[in-house]
Amino acid sequence: MATTSQDCSMDAAQAELLAKVQPAELHEQALVTNNRDFNWVTDKICRIVETKTPTWWWICMAVALMTASFTGVGLLWLVSSGVGVWGLANPINWGWAIVNFVFWIGIGHAGTLISAVLCLLKQGWRTSINRAAEAMTIFAVVCAGIFPLFHVGRVWFAWWLFPIPNSNGIWPQFRSPLEWDVFAVSTYGTVSVLFWYMGMIPDLGVLRDRAVQRLTKGAYEGAGVLAKGMDIFRKNFYAILAMGWRNAGNHWRNYEMAYLILAGISTPLVLSVHTIVSFDFALAVLPGWHTTIFPPYFVAGAIFSGFGMVLTLMLPLRALYGLHDLITQRHIDNMCKICLGTGSIVGYAYIMEFFIAWYGANPYESFAFINRAFGQYWWAYVMMFSCNVFTPQLFWFKKVRANAALVWIMSIFINVGMWFERFVITVTSLANDFLPSSWGYYSPTMVDILTFFGTFGLFSVLFLLFLRFLPLMPIAEVKFVMPQADPHGHHGDEKGDHN
Amino acid sequence: MSETYGIIASFPDTPSFFHAAEKVRDAGYKKWDTYSSFPVHGMPAAQGQPRSKVPVFTFCGGILGFTVGTLIVWFMNAYNYPLIVGGKPFFSPVFPFPIMYELTILLSAFGTLGGMFITNLLPQHYNPLFNSEKFLEVSGDRLVIAIEARDGKFDPVATRQFLEEIGGTDIEEVSK
Repeated sequence: MATTSQDCSMDAAQAELLAKVQPAELHEQALVTNNRDFNWVTDKICRIVETKTPTWWWICMAVALMTASFTGVGLLWLVSSGVGVWGLANPINWGWAIVNFVFWIGIGHAGTLISAVLCLLKQGWRTSINRAAEAMTIFAVVCAGIFPLFHVGRVWFAWWLFPIPNSNGIWPQFRSPLEWDVFAVSTYGTVSVLFWYMGMIPDLGVLRDRAVQRLTKGAYEGAGVLAKGMDIFRKNFYAILAMGWRNAGNHWRNYEMAYLILAGISTPLVLSVHTIVSFDFALAVLPGWHTTIFPPYFVAGAIFSGFGMVLTLMLPLRALYGLHDLITQRHIDNMCKICLGTGSIVGYAYIMEFFIAWYGANPYESFAFINRAFGQYWWAYVMMFSCNVFTPQLFWFKKVRANAALVWIMSIFINVGMWFERFVITVTSLANDFLPSSWGYYSPTMVDILTFFGTFGLFSVLFLLFLRFLPLMPIAEVKFVMPQADPHGHHGDEKGDHN
Repeated sequence: MSETYGIIASFPDTPSFFHAAEKVRDAGYKKWDTYSSFPVHGMPAAQGQPRSKVPVFTFCGGILGFTVGTLIVWFMNAYNYPLIVGGKPFFSPVFPFPIMYELTILLSAFGTLGGMFITNLLPQHYNPLFNSEKFLEVSGDRLVIAIEARDGKFDPVATRQFLEEIGGTDIEEVSK
């Protein structure tokens, strides 16, 4: 071909130039360490769902189910008595429900960021964490959705939020940011599920093929009937979900295009979702809420809290399943650095709000902010500021990032801090508004507390089921970033462990 | 023995697999495909395949979503049941923009996923290739090229020989 000779002459010229300038060698840590081959990756990830359920899984599941039942009890209590059982009272009519909603939605954002934004930016390190992060997104949206759904009071009328004809002949009111939220959050949940599912199709095909292979070989003597029965179940279950995927070049061509487009449309989606969530506040004429900084500030906070949650989930999984060759120190470093970056943006936003409150010379606005930091909720502000602004700053240090236990503890701080951020924003502005005669103090009731803590159980139940039945990592994508997958063989012999 | 579906050949590593695909393309075969458990960079060009048609479906979904988003807001709040809220206009392209925006994204996502299924002719749960044990190993690390019998150039002997020449091993005839 014509290009070949041209390539050769270019290579020669390049080699000459390189010999002259002697560039420094950059050591980029491989994304899959220890020279693993394709079969190792396939086995490692598939065996998580194919082997016997580990004991810790049953224990975690039992605890998670028990915790999730708190939400069940809380909601039952609420529905049978009315929203009055929550701690809401004038002037604070938006309490934990909206705080928890924004908290969970925010957590979801890291999943979409990893799967969509990092895909567009061609960040190869996203591959081993994106599946679990997307699962986290979906389960977080499920938890988030519970709160506004039940906050409507008569939950059996919640379908009125959607533009469905009803016997009253009235429609949703589209001038309200709360109605925009309905569309944003339901679109977000749906698109996340589609993206997650499409990404899984090739891996579901792998699980299907492996079950068929085992059934054909029929080596079940020692394992008993149950093992064979499970494989029959797997063969059918994964075959239905995999839709007949056969790893063809033609499949991959359309699949990759579709994946790229989904990444492209999820990126503006994820930015719009938390922007619209922030409109719930920013469009109200209330000091402390009515600010233009809210959309970017909320989006940065969402990514920050989401990465906190990704670290909280992935570090234990890495240890439990021995995934150190797939989730390497480089992955942890990068996640810590994103926490550092977004945490700093959040810190900047906190300070900028204060500056604008002073610079804007609006006495109500100035009061709202001074009251936020030094008023009756000062303790919440301290929690928020120390967890969100100071904690991530420790990620500047390599030693901190290399200590998985410490990173895990700090990720918990981030989760706690971001919950408090939403609490501070929601409650302080409402508790002390324009008329001192109507000021109040908000305290949650037992029902609030049960319902919220239960959602961690619900989230864990869903996540544990995901671990057990679906591929934890995108096998195809992990293989794609391995040196053996390079069709031009641009990899050294020391890595040539392929096939 | 039943009718032949095609011949499959395996390749030892990604570069040889990639170059073999180029050779099959250059030999003029039309009904053939490569099979690997991961997308190979540059493979569509090596197979001589055109650009994917999925974006067409995305575009249609997006246009539909935008139109539906605009129309429902106009119909519900300005035409069917005009509602006065805060003295604001019944309809304007500005305030319902989030609705239009989200529905555009929602329906383009459905269009994209649907487009992927349509262009790939999925779901298609049965394919003769699944009968081959070697083909199932594609899910692990096997790299396979399959030339189908319905290709005009297909000849049981010559095609087998051709696959051997371009470096294929474990050559196997798959029946329907």
